[in-house]
Amino acid sequence: MTKLLALLAIFAALFCAPLVIGSEFWLNTVLLALYAALLGQAWNILGGYGGQFSFGHALFFGVGAYSVAVLQVELGLSAWLGLVVGGALAAVVAVIVGFLTARYGLRGSYFALVTLAFAEVFRILSNSVSWTGAGEGILIPLDQRLAALQFPDTASAYWALWAITLACFLAVWRLERSRFGARLMAVRDNEDAAAAIGVDAMQVKLGAMALSGLFMGLAGVFYAQKFLYLDPAIAFGPEKSVEALLVPIVGGIGTLFGPLLGAFALHGVAEIARETMGDAPGLNMIVYGTILVCMVLFLPRGLAGLGKHVRRAFRA
Amino acid sequence: MPEKIVPEELMLEVEGIRAGYGRVEVLRGVSLSIAKGEIVALLGSNGVGKTTFISVLSGLIRPWEGAARFLGQPLRPNPAAVLSAGLVQVPEGRHIFPNLTVRDNLMLGGYRRGRNARKRNLEHVLETFPRLKERLSQRAGTMSGGEQQMLAIGRGLMAEPELLILDEPSLGLSPLLVEEMFALIKRLNGEGLTILLVEQNVHLTLDIADRGFVMENGAITLEGPAQAMLDDPELQRSYLGV
Ligand SMILES: Nc1ncnc2c1ncn2[C@@H]1O[C@H](COP(=O)(O)OP(=O)(O)OP(=O)(O)O)[C@@H](O)[C@H]1O
Ligand SMILES: [Mg+2]
Repeated sequence: MTKLLALLAIFAALFCAPLVIGSEFWLNTVLLALYAALLGQAWNILGGYGGQFSFGHALFFGVGAYSVAVLQVELGLSAWLGLVVGGALAAVVAVIVGFLTARYGLRGSYFALVTLAFAEVFRILSNSVSWTGAGEGILIPLDQRLAALQFPDTASAYWALWAITLACFLAVWRLERSRFGARLMAVRDNEDAAAAIGVDAMQVKLGAMALSGLFMGLAGVFYAQKFLYLDPAIAFGPEKSVEALLVPIVGGIGTLFGPLLGAFALHGVAEIARETMGDAPGLNMIVYGTILVCMVLFLPRGLAGLGKHVRRAFRA
Repeated sequence: MPEKIVPEELMLEVEGIRAGYGRVEVLRGVSLSIAKGEIVALLGSNGVGKTTFISVLSGLIRPWEGAARFLGQPLRPNPAAVLSAGLVQVPEGRHIFPNLTVRDNLMLGGYRRGRNARKRNLEHVLETFPRLKERLSQRAGTMSGGEQQMLAIGRGLMAEPELLILDEPSLGLSPLLVEEMFALIKRLNGEGLTILLVEQNVHLTLDIADRGFVMENGAITLEGPAQAMLDDPELQRSYLGV
């Protein structure tokens, strides 16, 4: 219960960010951090709680983003419909990928590589078919009304993102204490033992894939509606996948608050790096890479794990 | 020791099971039966197919041929259905969930039962294993090997078994704990649980068992009352290599 209260308190504070932060630049920084937390938490459902490390989560992001874009631009349908379709389609694609990988017993690094390959295939496909705008990308016409699911200012975009992210974190909070979540973690910990107590590993994994894909897809829809432009590299490129997995690894995988910690820590560091070293291209990746190496070496349980250490040390 | 050579009320009846991995045949026609209330030992050296046989019973491996009846019903090759019917296995090698708490490990064992049943079963398991009670919120992976084995058995009991299959429960335990383990098995049997005990520890196992089966190269080559097996040194030497 205290966990839920803490979660709600943090999100209440986050809700107020646009009201107290005067600078557009800083509000945008917080928005990007929150957005990273959403990507990270979506990945965390499958990677942290399910123990399946995906290297290609951009796949679901891209499916969500392109769904909402294509539906509007090519079919002239409502962006709100795109929101639903984008989330649903991302979940469906995730289930298909999950089924194929589980069907052929792909775990560990094989699973990681196959997810990466799926994302690459989609990147190449979206680069070559015409209705995605191919390599030129796709531009969503400006129409800043609620009916078109576009955002007149940073604050309204921020609140839309806040709502999706809150939903995602609440889903994970619920997951942690649900029977489904217990089965998912059981499969993560020991698939054979889980089978022996009658857990259907396939079913559980597909459930996690669907949930993870859903929120990744919604993140994609948000991105498309905020920036109104997509191309294959933005939607399906490996950078998105890396961000999604880096955030929880830094923050603490398999924990509720890990992705939030990781997202704000990474964006904090990135901002500091930009302030001190200038906006050199590729600098982000160097900083992220260094952080990742340090985390894996010194803090395998992430920042959340560090917090637990400290708390235990104080109690002792 | 009561000698039940001809089982009276059948719990499990297995007929001509053939199974394997890929094209490799491991079980070459296994038949055996277990009566209600028995402790039955399944003995055999490494790699003869004991664990494979249990996996077939549990529905984890689909047999190529043969059938099994449990409490008069055909046993379907579906782990969940097998479990609900009351056939529960405690897998070999302390398969617990290391990152979950002891309580969550236990609760998962009974997740197919109702909420009230789970509560009741938890109380019963904690009476049986008082040591688990003090560790309910401890991460299971941080417990000692012996405690993890207790937890694995406790998790099996949470599923309300009629027949409990234990796959080498004494593996890797200190001699003192091994004794304790066998005493516990005997006690569970005294409470009405039928037990199929897969073991390498021939003497201790036959000591508490009613009947024994010896598996060799994927088939049952010898069966009989446990006492008779214990008393026959020649048989022990030739079949079990002790
Ligand atoms: N998953 C698997 N894939 C392929 N072969 C397997 C698999 N599991 C077991 N085997 C093979 O099947 C045979 C029987 O193995 P099984 O585990 O049933 O033996 P066991 O009697 O339980 O041995 P132990 O006493 O060592 O546990 C062995 O030759 C083993 O190598
Ligand atoms: Mg074995």
